[in-house]
Amino acid sequence: MDQFLPLIFVAVMGLSLLLYVILDGYDLGVGLLLPFASDAEKDVMIASIGPFWDANETWIVMGVGVLLIAFPSAHGIILTKLYLPATIMLFGLILRGVAFDFRVKAGDDKKVMWNRFFFLGSLVASMAQGWMLGSYITGLTGSFINTLFAVLIAVCLPALYCVLGATWLLIKTEGALFEKAVGWARTSVLPMALGLFLVSIATPLVSSVIAERWFQLPNFIGLLPIPVTSLIAMVVLVVLLKRDLTALRELNPMYLFACPVVVCLMAALGLAYSIFPDIIIGQMTIWEAASHPSALKFTLVGVLIALPCIVLYTIFIYKVFSGKASELRYD
Amino acid sequence: MELDPVLLSRIQFALNISFHILFPTITIGLAYFIIYFRVRYTLTRDPHWDFIYTFWVKVFALTFALGVVTGIVMSFQFGTNWPGFMEQAGNIAGPLLGYEVLTAFFLEASFLGIMLFGKSRVSNRLHLISTIVVALGTTLSAFWILSLNSWMQTPTGYTYDGDAMIVESWLAVIFNPSFPYRFAHMMVACLLTASFLVAGVSAWRTLRKVDGPATARVMRTAVIAAALLIPVQIFLGDLHGLNTLKHQPAKVAAIEAVWETERGAALTLFGFPDETARTTHAAIKVPKLGSLILTHEWDGELKGLNEFIGEHPPVAPVFWSFRIMVGVGMLMLLISWLAVWQYWRRGALGLNTLRALFAMTFSGWVAVLAGWYVTEIGRQPWIVSGLIKTADVVADHPAGTVLTTLVAYSVIYTFLLISYIGALFYMSSKPAQSLLHMHNYGLPGRHPEDQAFSKQPIGGQ
Repeated sequence: MDQFLPLIFVAVMGLSLLLYVILDGYDLGVGLLLPFASDAEKDVMIASIGPFWDANETWIVMGVGVLLIAFPSAHGIILTKLYLPATIMLFGLILRGVAFDFRVKAGDDKKVMWNRFFFLGSLVASMAQGWMLGSYITGLTGSFINTLFAVLIAVCLPALYCVLGATWLLIKTEGALFEKAVGWARTSVLPMALGLFLVSIATPLVSSVIAERWFQLPNFIGLLPIPVTSLIAMVVLVVLLKRDLTALRELNPMYLFACPVVVCLMAALGLAYSIFPDIIIGQMTIWEAASHPSALKFTLVGVLIALPCIVLYTIFIYKVFSGKASELRYD
Repeated sequence: MELDPVLLSRIQFALNISFHILFPTITIGLAYFIIYFRVRYTLTRDPHWDFIYTFWVKVFALTFALGVVTGIVMSFQFGTNWPGFMEQAGNIAGPLLGYEVLTAFFLEASFLGIMLFGKSRVSNRLHLISTIVVALGTTLSAFWILSLNSWMQTPTGYTYDGDAMIVESWLAVIFNPSFPYRFAHMMVACLLTASFLVAGVSAWRTLRKVDGPATARVMRTAVIAAALLIPVQIFLGDLHGLNTLKHQPAKVAAIEAVWETERGAALTLFGFPDETARTTHAAIKVPKLGSLILTHEWDGELKGLNEFIGEHPPVAPVFWSFRIMVGVGMLMLLISWLAVWQYWRRGALGLNTLRALFAMTFSGWVAVLAGWYVTEIGRQPWIVSGLIKTADVVADHPAGTVLTTLVAYSVIYTFLLISYIGALFYMSSKPAQSLLHMHNYGLPGRHPEDQAFSKQPIGGQ
């Protein structure tokens, strides 16, 4: 039993971070797209994420929390090495989190400033997350080529968030804003695909550990469905987005949103395979980093009871606030 | 000057936690006021209560947002600045923080959505339940974090081989000896902070003449709550003090600046503790009172700082923080009882009382911060009392890096604090009539009665 505990926790951590990327991904994306909308549209866009952003953001606290609880020594090393990008990400999250509230409460003359902070915070947070991901994949070494790789991901991640944000807006909006969102999705899908492509090529190049795990013959064929599914999801998205607006309006927007979600899922699977069973690539396995079984067991009880509840009430909240966001209006 | 990264890390952590604590202190307390407003509305269907609810929910949302974002900073700081603490005490601190995320964070973040934007989307009953769930979430959050903090003060229920701590009994860890006192003291502190915030904002609205009948009602609620809570707080503080004397005598010796162990110790009301000379300059003392308050006996023995040389906290900051906390508490007692007396005798508050209440809008913050400095500086040089020293667990970032982030945090926090207070008074300066039309989003809707209310003039009778 005891040797399975780290496995369970690494799965919970992975799931939390994947949920974070998808959920906070769409609301960070909405923040990134904010400057391209009119003032009235900005209100609707923010209303579309209003009831959700806070809980979305909690998933990163959960992910980092599980790292801290289950793998404290890895947590110490990772967050010490990622001190700067993590701090910069926090500044971004602080700015966007408060801008959300201040923009409607601090007075109309300050609204423009807070809208800008909302965008800036979203941008800074997404790029810092890309930087952290890049440093992490390359084993936290900080060499020149690895730093370059981290920069590459930092530039690409916002594009993925934009696609998530734009397709989310297709679910939540109608009218002119819907049309704009279609345009944003069309524009951002290419940089996203290019980014993923570059990252997929660069990862095995900068990390020999990852290259070894992927490019052995039986593994390679077994793993092929991961990039292939990802590619299909992107092609489907492009094909769907190419339709004219009337056809897009009749289409269930969930299909469009599902495409980047599938891409995220595949990227997560690929990443998990690349890293496992290490928690820090080439340095420390999940078993070496794990907490004492007594701590893990105590936490597991909480996870087993709380996590299903969290999932249930999250679904409930999404149901309560389903439908187009333009129904939400000021009064 | 050589910069000390350990000192910088400690300053940065102190800054982060001081800034963070301001906001949960309000939301934890305000959540219960909001439930009260909501229940009054549900029972009476009186639109004034609905108006009060709507206004304070907006303040709650703003405060909550600041609490969330600064709380995320805290969750990262453990790893970025104190990795040694997590390596040694991670088996205890990790699960307690984990339970906070699992049971509190998601709960409050999720149901806050319904509380803020769901009034027209769910039934009144479910909306009331969501409001209660959010309050429950904030309280649970305080429960876990105070459990961890209390354990760091009075550790029990573990074994330690000098390398890492292993839990023997989770019940003993969670309900460690100082936890009940600290939790009760903090919860009442939150309620008091919210009381004075609510009273202060209401006083300002009255002074600015933008009040209506709703303001008078909420003012009365706040001062009565404060007047009832402050004696409770003094009682709890006394119990907490007895507990601290039992488990952390060095902290009490620093609070009272008792340099040598003595029986029948005097109480130092005021003075300037001097650690190098080991004396308190210009001390104003009341004979025997120190022993009486702390041990409840005239001739009770107080352990002096001489028994903890090299392992007691810095005296002056603890001594001063404690006196600030108690001083603010006394002011709270005075002003809230005066206000209640005026309500009872004249049915209204005098102009000076209103001004005093306005001046005390953030008095809760001062008392809470001072109280936490007593607790946290009072634990030094230990991060876990008697087991792990703070200086041994800090991350070894270059001083320049920590200084840069410290400056950045200071700038952002100063800006946010000014914005927060600015927004609070901006919202409060709107006449009741126009506030009604300043709803966030999504409030009008499916329930016909809500439609009716939004058209009904309120507050400007």
